[in-house]
Amino acid sequence: MTNQIVPHSDFLREFSQSKSGMAGVIILLSLTIIMLYAILAIPLESFRQWNNPNYWINYPKAAAPQWTNTGLFGPKVFEHLIMTLDDASITKIVIADNIRTEVHSYAVDFSYDSYPNDFMIPYSVKYGQIPPVLQVDIIRPDGIEFRIYYSSLPSSLAKSNENQFSSRIFSTDPIIAEYLRQLNDSFRYAQDSSKPQVMIFSDIQENKVLKGKYLIKETFYLFNDSDTVQESGLILGGRVYGLMGTDELRRDLAIGILWGAPIALFIGLSVSIGSVVIGLIYGVMAGYKGNRTDDGLMLINDIFYTLPALPLLVIMSVTLGRSIFLITGFLVIFGWAGAAKVTRSLAMKMKNLQYVEAAKLMGQSDIKIIFKHIIPQLLPLTFASIAISVPAAILGEAALSFLGLGDPSIPTWGQILHEANSASAASRGLWWWIMPPGVMIALTGLSFILIGNTLDSILNPKARKF
Amino acid sequence: MNIVIVLFVTLVMTIGLSGETMDKILKNTVNVDIVAQVNEGHIKFDSVQDRQKYLDSQKDLQYKSLGLNEPWYSPTRFFNTLFKVAILDLGNSHFFTTNSGSSSVRDIVIERIPNTLLLFATSTIVIIIIGLFLGPFVANKVGSIWDRMTSALAVFSTSFPTWWIGMLMIYLFAFTYHIFPARSTPLTSPSDVSYIGDLLYHMTLPFITLILVGFGSWAYIVRYFVEGVLSEDYITSKRAIGISKRKILYSHALKNAASPIVTIIALSLAGSFGGSIIVEAVFDWPGIGKLYYDAIGVSDVPLIIGLTYVFTLIFVISVFIMNLFYAFFDPRIKTA
Repeated sequence: MTNQIVPHSDFLREFSQSKSGMAGVIILLSLTIIMLYAILAIPLESFRQWNNPNYWINYPKAAAPQWTNTGLFGPKVFEHLIMTLDDASITKIVIADNIRTEVHSYAVDFSYDSYPNDFMIPYSVKYGQIPPVLQVDIIRPDGIEFRIYYSSLPSSLAKSNENQFSSRIFSTDPIIAEYLRQLNDSFRYAQDSSKPQVMIFSDIQENKVLKGKYLIKETFYLFNDSDTVQESGLILGGRVYGLMGTDELRRDLAIGILWGAPIALFIGLSVSIGSVVIGLIYGVMAGYKGNRTDDGLMLINDIFYTLPALPLLVIMSVTLGRSIFLITGFLVIFGWAGAAKVTRSLAMKMKNLQYVEAAKLMGQSDIKIIFKHIIPQLLPLTFASIAISVPAAILGEAALSFLGLGDPSIPTWGQILHEANSASAASRGLWWWIMPPGVMIALTGLSFILIGNTLDSILNPKARKF
Repeated sequence: MNIVIVLFVTLVMTIGLSGETMDKILKNTVNVDIVAQVNEGHIKFDSVQDRQKYLDSQKDLQYKSLGLNEPWYSPTRFFNTLFKVAILDLGNSHFFTTNSGSSSVRDIVIERIPNTLLLFATSTIVIIIIGLFLGPFVANKVGSIWDRMTSALAVFSTSFPTWWIGMLMIYLFAFTYHIFPARSTPLTSPSDVSYIGDLLYHMTLPFITLILVGFGSWAYIVRYFVEGVLSEDYITSKRAIGISKRKILYSHALKNAASPIVTIIALSLAGSFGGSIIVEAVFDWPGIGKLYYDAIGVSDVPLIIGLTYVFTLIFVISVFIMNLFYAFFDPRIKTA
């Protein structure tokens, strides 16, 4: 084969004319934009805390993406609502000496056809010796006021003046059930006081949702001058949330998918660059030296080429470790052999070219000839093979992660799918947990295949793809 | 010959990587056994020290008889282990048993192998047959809509993980339309008469998935080589003689393109086989892939080692069979 170097401008022109090549570039560009967005816009904390359930407690469990909630194909379900101190309107009243109230009111515009799944009221108070009292009232659109909670915070055991108490009132709280039982009579039909999220948002006359503006008032009675309410909030558990929904562990899948992009690109590129560079040098050595060296090197190569990768990868991550860098290394071990095979055959042809023979006659050392005269000629093709071998690396990592052997400290697409499978998301119909990670894996692989094939056919028009 | 080396290298790597862990497990079992024996037996000891002394001496004795007093990498131990792995004598699994209750690694693996072979052998054969028909068909119509569809399918199916397609299939056929069960482990017991039918019914969904994902790239490979052969002179002259197009395509062209095709399958088997392990886990198919997945989940090291070996063995045997086919199609090559 002849291995002419295509001029720069011709190359760009040819590449831009290839539809599949351009499609690959466009996909890759959008992935890069996603990656930059992930790195720049999303708080790094969400990445570090991915496997910490406490971090995600405010999110709904296994909620569908919000945009599915059009109301066209069925009832409009409740959209998850997280309100924090910033959303509250606060009124402070001094009742008497040392007695103050602080009312945090949250306005909720309820226009859905179904009830919330549950609700929580997180709060955090700093107080002195006498514990504050927290009272929760709900003013409904029909003007009726429900008191659902009244309880004092735990008193300080050590009689200290500095107490800090953070907790959450859950909708399953027995105090709420107790208060609601007293309200059972206000309804003209049987209500279940063990489901406060239904009772609070129900019409009094008939069994349906009462739409309109609700006001949730969280009143803190404070008995010391230095007492402060540091946090309050309202979380209404919905069935839909965010761009991509959440998983069983309440994690926002959009964040996991976004963080998966830089990781997949890192693994894909570093594995393929690593293995192609090793394969290139190894193959050229074998092809150029020929004879016994070639035989020996190619025997080793053949063995690596035919080793069953996945079982050995499994054994390696079980015994050696699961960090992302180790996994990258493992994948290189099984990746370089293919590249070496291709470059060897090219080097065997190139070593008979006149300028290589001339260099040899001039007495240049083998190493110098390989690195100065042969490898630079092969570089353009190297880019093509790097691009082509990226998908295999990404799929390899995804497969390991799917088996539960991925790096446990970071979110990857394979891991998200592993968790989806463990929670049998497919048979429960949680499609938003399955579709996006797989589509992302495939798109990333696809973009590199398209770019690689185009590069290959431009740079190496006569070579066979297989 | 290479194949034997591959098997050997895999074994050495497996033992090298897991030797220490295995030793730990073995010693642990010995210790537990001895303590249990002493607790149950009626040997009286004067003091705690005496008891400990007796335990230690028993431990040493047992270690020596098992060869555990030497490190795992000492030559005798090493080859001993190699041999033990080769005959799957890996002791007991901690978490899994066979249907009859045996927890020996060998029994568990042997019980599961037929299911794996059933699923993958049948689907591979169907994929090959589809590929051999579809490939020449589209090679004859390069550039047609069928041709483009095959190429597109090939590119797509190489970039999608097979097991992910499996999850989508479960979503579609088990959740949305209740046609097939989501879990492929049959509910009837293996001794039941209807077991075979039940097993086949549960096999349908993974079977369809494997074929759907596999046949595209296959047909593409066949098409690629057949197309190359079609431009050769002898095909043109055969056409000139008046041999029917169909016969040229499926008999002459396919036969001449056969040897590179067989090589490609032998080599691409590695990747697809790896994916297949996970397909079992997704579908809960009761084969060794699912067992592997579960063993990894609970870190059952003896079972993981045994299965790694079995997977390598199956892989090596398939490559060997492919080589036989290769020799059959290309008589110039004689493989052992």
